[in-house]
Amino acid sequence: MKIINLIKIAYRSMSKNKLRSFLTMLGIIIGVASVIAMLAIGEGSKRNIQSSVASLGINTIMIMPGAITSGGVRLQAGTSNSLKIEDVDAIQTRCDLVQYVSPVVNKGVQVVAGNQNWSTAVYGVNLDYFDIRDMKVSVGEKFTEIDERTAAKVCVIGYTVDSNLFGGGVNPVGMTIRINSIPMRVIGMYDRKGQNAFGMDQDDGIIAPFSTVQKRMMSNNNLNSIYVSSKSDLVMNDAVDEISKLMRQRHKLAPSDDDDFTVRTQQDLANIFGAVSKIMTILLASIASISLIVGGIGIMNIMLVSVTERTREIGIRMAIGAKSRDVLIQFMIESIFISFIGGFIGILLGIGVSIIVSKFGGWPVTVTPTSIVIAFSFSAIIGIFFGWYPARKAANLNPIDALRYE
Amino acid sequence: MASPLISVKNLKKVYQMGDTQVHALRDITLDINKGDYVAIMGASGSGKSTFMNIIGCLDKPTSGEYFLDSIDALKMNKNELAEFRNQKIGFIFQSFNILARTSAQENVELPLIYNNKVGAKERRERAFNALKSVGLAERANNMPNQLSGGQQQRVAIARALVNDPVVIMADEPTGNLDSRTSYEIMEIFRTLNEKGITIVMVTHEPDIAQFAADNIVFRDGSIISHEKVTNRKIPQEELKKLPAPETGDKK
Repeated sequence: MKIINLIKIAYRSMSKNKLRSFLTMLGIIIGVASVIAMLAIGEGSKRNIQSSVASLGINTIMIMPGAITSGGVRLQAGTSNSLKIEDVDAIQTRCDLVQYVSPVVNKGVQVVAGNQNWSTAVYGVNLDYFDIRDMKVSVGEKFTEIDERTAAKVCVIGYTVDSNLFGGGVNPVGMTIRINSIPMRVIGMYDRKGQNAFGMDQDDGIIAPFSTVQKRMMSNNNLNSIYVSSKSDLVMNDAVDEISKLMRQRHKLAPSDDDDFTVRTQQDLANIFGAVSKIMTILLASIASISLIVGGIGIMNIMLVSVTERTREIGIRMAIGAKSRDVLIQFMIESIFISFIGGFIGILLGIGVSIIVSKFGGWPVTVTPTSIVIAFSFSAIIGIFFGWYPARKAANLNPIDALRYE
Repeated sequence: MASPLISVKNLKKVYQMGDTQVHALRDITLDINKGDYVAIMGASGSGKSTFMNIIGCLDKPTSGEYFLDSIDALKMNKNELAEFRNQKIGFIFQSFNILARTSAQENVELPLIYNNKVGAKERRERAFNALKSVGLAERANNMPNQLSGGQQQRVAIARALVNDPVVIMADEPTGNLDSRTSYEIMEIFRTLNEKGITIVMVTHEPDIAQFAADNIVFRDGSIISHEKVTNRKIPQEELKKLPAPETGDKK
């Protein structure tokens, strides 16, 4: 018997019970839609994390003093004073894969301007830092090498600092602010970067020449960190190895000693946050897929009712020549039909829900083709799985009993 | 001499009902030739329905031999039997057994749908011709609930005919019909039989059996008589004897 005829039969019997078919489908529709919406929310937050990690600079490598454990808990942070400005010079001259290097000293400070004050952090860095962090200064300008050499009292402020000190309405360039009672002239404001992967406001900071901060505000000559960028993201891991080797050599560590510094890339951070968001996504999607399974049980239930109801019809078909396989396929097609159409509507609904969530919930949402394929094939499998038993039951009926069935 | 169309030897059917064995058929031996018109009679429980199910290839006997059209029907598996029924046998049931909410045309097409050799176009043509031959051409697109009982039975006859079966098996074809419609159905049977189609009909109504050429009577699982009908009735003449039909006979 030709499949096309069986499809016609299945279509006809479904259209005879429109409301019932629709309600059965609804289970699958809701299941597929929620799986797609949940995956979209998960994917959206993953992309959000990636883009905020990228906002720190894609090729960025951070060297921090002290060792950390692999679990992410930093041990002895701040107690280790292993990084010096000489390390920066050494990396600059001896690492081939490194493009930019900047020392970083930072300090939490109280900033005053007129009658306003704001608690923020000041970062002492060199000019490379702007390139490493991919920071642009479009209001005013960056400091110069002369400022660097002379430890000039100039700074570039972030948007958040500007809006808290000056209300955001005026051009801050040329204003003088007092950082821990040291007067500094604002020469520029860097472009907004938004939150980083930690949820920290990257616009809440003041950037000043390394020498200025080191000499005028810090009590020792230790570095808080060194920011490096590799020549490309392809050589990132090699650059990390190169730096580690150099640092071990410079710090005179024996092969058995642990590193007294930590080299971290943006990718490491991205991976940590990616793992968290993946767990969330899996959790959400599993909850959503439960509704798909419930939908599948709905299909099975209604197909069983349908088989019982149509016992006589099955008997007639068998008497006039339908083979068991024909009956099996006829009922299978019906349940696959329901789950396919339900899956298709569910995809549309899922995309719709995702768009609504992103529009009104302000949640980052991305529907990927993979999630559509996953949800759709899952619903198809459920249609086959839960349709098989009732179809089998129909196919195994004895024609005489089926014909006598009242 | 050509071998009989239906050849049954020592057919037995035993049902196990708890501890007791019920002998539905005891040692039936019977030949039906091509072109025969046989009525099988008997009270309920006499085994005539069991016999019908077995020669209709819907059921298997406990022991015995059965050849239909020179083919051993007992050696076939379930799927082969389904195909065999499709090709060789046209069924007509007491309760019509046509699919609800499916047009007359589609009901008649049904056996051809399960026949891979027939394409969609040929299927429609053959179904329509079959409907025409039972006088329902203008009702082809009606649903069963728009048809009278007699018309529904005629749809069933068309369905039985559409695949050119070697034998038509009718199980109480007039059981649910009034006398007039019964005679009309018998008239169709008579014309079919005159065209050479073999008909085996189960009935418990003696006057209906009088339309057939041969009568076989079952009792307690055995054949107690098998004889030619001496004064065969002609359906058209019986129809004339009935009081004039009221107007609007056909629904």
